[in-house]
Amino acid sequence: MSSTEAIVLAKLPRSRRRHPVAVWLSLALLGVVAFLVLFGNLIAPDATAQSILDSLLPPGSPGHLLGTDELGRDVLALTIAGAASALVGPVCVALGSMLLGILLGTVAGYLRGPIDFIIGRWTDLLFSLPLLLAAIVVAGVFGAGYWMTVLLLILLFSPSDIRIVRAGVMEQAARPFVEAAQMLSLSKTRIMFTQVLPNVWSLIITNSMLNVAFALVAFSSLSFLGVGVAPGTADWGRQLTDGRAIMIDNPAAVLVPALLIIGVASAANLVGDWLGQNLTRTGRS
Amino acid sequence: MTTTPIARASQARSLGRMLVVRVLGTIGILLVLSIIVFSMLHLAPGDIVKNLLGNRASSPEAIAAIRAQYNLDQPLYMQYLIWLGNTLTGDFGQSIRLQDSVSNVIGSRLGITAALSGLAFLLAVIVAVPLGVQSAVRSGSWIDRFATGFGIVGLSAPTFAVGLLLLYTFAFYLPIFPVYGSGDGGLDTLWHLVLPAITLALGLGAIILKLTRTAMLRELESDYVTFGRARGLPDRQVHLIALRNAAIPIVTGASLVLTFLVGGTVLAETTFALPGLGTLLQGSVLFKDIAVVQALTLLVAVTIAIIALLADLAYIFLDPRIRAKESAQ
Repeated sequence: MSSTEAIVLAKLPRSRRRHPVAVWLSLALLGVVAFLVLFGNLIAPDATAQSILDSLLPPGSPGHLLGTDELGRDVLALTIAGAASALVGPVCVALGSMLLGILLGTVAGYLRGPIDFIIGRWTDLLFSLPLLLAAIVVAGVFGAGYWMTVLLLILLFSPSDIRIVRAGVMEQAARPFVEAAQMLSLSKTRIMFTQVLPNVWSLIITNSMLNVAFALVAFSSLSFLGVGVAPGTADWGRQLTDGRAIMIDNPAAVLVPALLIIGVASAANLVGDWLGQNLTRTGRS
Repeated sequence: MTTTPIARASQARSLGRMLVVRVLGTIGILLVLSIIVFSMLHLAPGDIVKNLLGNRASSPEAIAAIRAQYNLDQPLYMQYLIWLGNTLTGDFGQSIRLQDSVSNVIGSRLGITAALSGLAFLLAVIVAVPLGVQSAVRSGSWIDRFATGFGIVGLSAPTFAVGLLLLYTFAFYLPIFPVYGSGDGGLDTLWHLVLPAITLALGLGAIILKLTRTAMLRELESDYVTFGRARGLPDRQVHLIALRNAAIPIVTGASLVLTFLVGGTVLAETTFALPGLGTLLQGSVLFKDIAVVQALTLLVAVTIAIIALLADLAYIFLDPRIRAKESAQ
């Protein structure tokens, strides 16, 4: 009951279509950011290139649309380069956690018994920790780099995927077609992954989209606190930490990445919600 | 519903068993967490004695003293038991960064964090509960759309990004509020806490709003609401009755709210440079001041476990349907 999926996946009693314009805008924003991740290095100059001469310029300076930061790095180029750090990690977290969720959730939900009990206590334990606190402490004390942080977050995000897949699989496992498959003496692995799992996909995809949103928030929070991303890396959270001190001279150094983080996270969340409302209705009874 | 004495007795027994299971489960989780937190010291990169000594000169005497103080020559399980015993009696060790006992360090910063979280919680409840009710009652209206949009942004926007936007708007662009720090105590401190509290309240409010809206929508569809309306009760009264029933899922969402609050305070305090437990955690983590990190982690884990337990119990005791179901099993 008291878990994140209870609130993010809380189904509304009456069906109501989300304003589609907002969904299209969100998809467009996510598309633009994805484009920047793939082709950002072609359209923007080297973000970490410092110019000592014109250090800390206000927005609108010639040659620097959004000005430069303390070290004379161009804020626009830095922001474009930061898109990679902002999106790649969260997508990897969502995918990794989805994989763990599918494996452990299907096994726990279909086989039940002692293995379900062990997996259940494992998710209980992870759920009892506040995610952000656990990430700050572990990544901080061990001085984890970017990819170690990705692994850590996969571990911390997986309980919600495991529980959702498990619940979906349990619902499906009681149905006649599963009994039919058992009568045909298909192997348990085959029933689990080719018969039951396809019916749970809609739940998995929805939760993974929401995971992207929350992982983005978690990642940027960590890098804002100085954990998980090396100093000097182009990263939106990092930009906010560095930009706080120069807010008066160049507000763009803070406002642009802050608005981008809020925008992208909200967009991913909105798309996830929308997927949840449109996919899960066909996937479940 | 009339219950026979026997049924009542079995109900009490079953409730008692549930209580015991829950409490034991919580204790189990806390024990596992304490082992993880203890091993942090041994798993952290670098030499354990150096980690404990910090910047102090590492003379052989100092090293010997540290080894004796932390019983490093004892077997690992003895070290754990001694550490657990000390922790349970309130002795969390020394902060190498602040050169003070961990309990002093935590005690001196608890106030700010408590005030900040309290203020944010109050703000969030005052705004989010009525908004959630209205948004459920007028489902589909502009107020509902506004509330849903606010909920999505509030749930997704990281606390620090919101905080920096507010900081720029209301402290730099329109210099209404102070920029950093906690002020000189009393009303001045309260004034310094307004912006951080609003920042935190946005995320908190979004969670409470969503919980309230979902619970209210469910209640408004129940028969008693239809009957109440058919009998000509004024809308206001019907909504109040529905809210009373919707309160159960809202209250039991408390652990969700708390979980958010823990991460949120760290970010809000860092953004506004408030000397609370959040900035203490951040500073200690970056400095690898492990004793402080251990104490704070355990403190949070215990608080969350207790509140989650209370919320679960409140759920059982508040809702007669759950009680009936539990005893039926």
